[in-house]
Amino acid sequence: MTSLVKLAVYGIGALLAMIAASKAHDTLFAVHMWIFALAAVIGIIVTARRADFSGKAKPARDPDAYLDSVVRAGMIATMFWGITGFLVGVIIASQLAYPWLNFDWAYTHFGRLRPLHTSAVVFAFGGNALIATSFYVVQRTNGARLAFGNMAWFVFWGYQLFIILAATGYLMGVTQSREYAEPEWYIDIWLTIVWVAYLLVFLGTIYKRKESHIYVANWFYLSFIVTIAMLHLVNNMAWPVSFFGSKSYSLFSGVQDAITQWWYGHNAVGFFLTAGFLGMMYYFLPKQAGRPVYSYRLSIIHFWTLIFMYIWAGPHHLHYTALPDWVQTLGMVLSITLWMPSWGGMINGLMTLSGAWDKLRTDPIIRMMVIAVAFYGMSTFEGPMMAIKSVNALSHYTDWTIGHVHSGALGWVGMITFGSVYFLVPRLWNRERLYSLRLINWHFWLATLGIVIYASSMWVSGIMQGLMWREYDPQGFLVYSFAETVAAMHPFYVLRAIGGTMYLTGGLIMAWNVYQTIRGNLREETPMGEAAPAAA
Amino acid sequence: MDYETFRHFSDSWGAIYLFAVLAIVVLYIFRPGSKKHYDEAGKIPLKRD
Repeated sequence: MTSLVKLAVYGIGALLAMIAASKAHDTLFAVHMWIFALAAVIGIIVTARRADFSGKAKPARDPDAYLDSVVRAGMIATMFWGITGFLVGVIIASQLAYPWLNFDWAYTHFGRLRPLHTSAVVFAFGGNALIATSFYVVQRTNGARLAFGNMAWFVFWGYQLFIILAATGYLMGVTQSREYAEPEWYIDIWLTIVWVAYLLVFLGTIYKRKESHIYVANWFYLSFIVTIAMLHLVNNMAWPVSFFGSKSYSLFSGVQDAITQWWYGHNAVGFFLTAGFLGMMYYFLPKQAGRPVYSYRLSIIHFWTLIFMYIWAGPHHLHYTALPDWVQTLGMVLSITLWMPSWGGMINGLMTLSGAWDKLRTDPIIRMMVIAVAFYGMSTFEGPMMAIKSVNALSHYTDWTIGHVHSGALGWVGMITFGSVYFLVPRLWNRERLYSLRLINWHFWLATLGIVIYASSMWVSGIMQGLMWREYDPQGFLVYSFAETVAAMHPFYVLRAIGGTMYLTGGLIMAWNVYQTIRGNLREETPMGEAAPAAA
Repeated sequence: MDYETFRHFSDSWGAIYLFAVLAIVVLYIFRPGSKKHYDEAGKIPLKRD
């Protein structure tokens, strides 16, 4: 696009946003329209400063040279949002242990910070990691530059704008109250535009490929992009009260609404947090290990079985509700069958290291990826088990669920992302190696032990909570009041906050390591696996 | 088509259809001569940096 067209688009965008802001029915909508306008004005300034009216021909660029600047930006965004999300997680964990930390102020209340935490870690941290790595992987495995010029940059900045709108919305109280899909209708429309551009860039790059075969990591990434598009469109079908207001109502109601939300919610887990990150695993694990994946055929079976089964698992979130019994049973059975693809994939990842297990001793990046795959196996064992109705009767609505989610999110999603970032940063910034491998080791142990503390305290807390809720005395009365279960959980809430703080500390160490690597510094240290030299 | 008919169709022929497609996909992956092809495909990430 020429600079003039860009300027016109930004100008019209800014104007429309300001008109909407002036006509707004509520302050929240006006604030968001001003954010849109501000983004468009920044676009105008940046475009105008970069515009070249000299008429001189630009130096020719190799059409196959990778577009990596957007991946570098994605790495920094991943780090930034990751630490933000972990920090908000520690804050709300502390609020649960010590309620005075809510400060009796709407903007810092648990109810508003909790969606800020979930969206920051899932969509801001995880989403940026997925977009950045998918841009990196699709270029390397297809031997092609990202398609459609700088559209990848639109995807990057458009996605950041979505995050900022969502995050500010949560703090101000803009929500449509749908789990993991809280942003209101106009933010949903914006994300749809960005997501279509993402799909176009990804597909366009695959279309230009020089390999006849499309490598399996791309299949996983593509299934993530396509399925998230479908989930987003259906789950967010809503009608705004006014086109100049922030409130909308869903087109669904009652149990149909519930199953739509959990069809969305569980497939956000299945396709965002699983399929997308498996794309990462199938590229970065073989790369770091320097050997192809254990069985490529198994990886394709992993892919097809995973996407065939995952899409049906959502009803297990609605056991013993108004949802028809057969749908509950369907959700339970398809959840249990997910054991097969999940463990097939885990074995495929781990066996890639067979014959190279010694790398675990000397390469903390491999260690990070292996623990990620191990947590993938553990949480995909635990999940189907919790989907069994009789187990669910104990676990549902308790902290056990929270522990399960975090062993998947911190263990699998977090660790595979950290491993990929450590792999990418020296390559993207053309550095000989990372600033420090020993700091990765510190990150590894802080994060791993943090997860162990988090998950085990939530097991104890959740199972205790479930058992207390269902405890009857011989007369048939409930033994415990709800507040008594809350009091009993206090020590475990404190432990959880400690585990989360350890995980956050690991993230900060990573940010330091990445910062120093980008600066071009190398830390003098004893190589991993060797004894420290004796003091002179 | 009322709800009952629709759901019985879904949980019988619908389920069989999906299972058959999955079975065909898996069988296709194990077609004769596929091992060499897939072993080559597995090396794609190691080709370029």
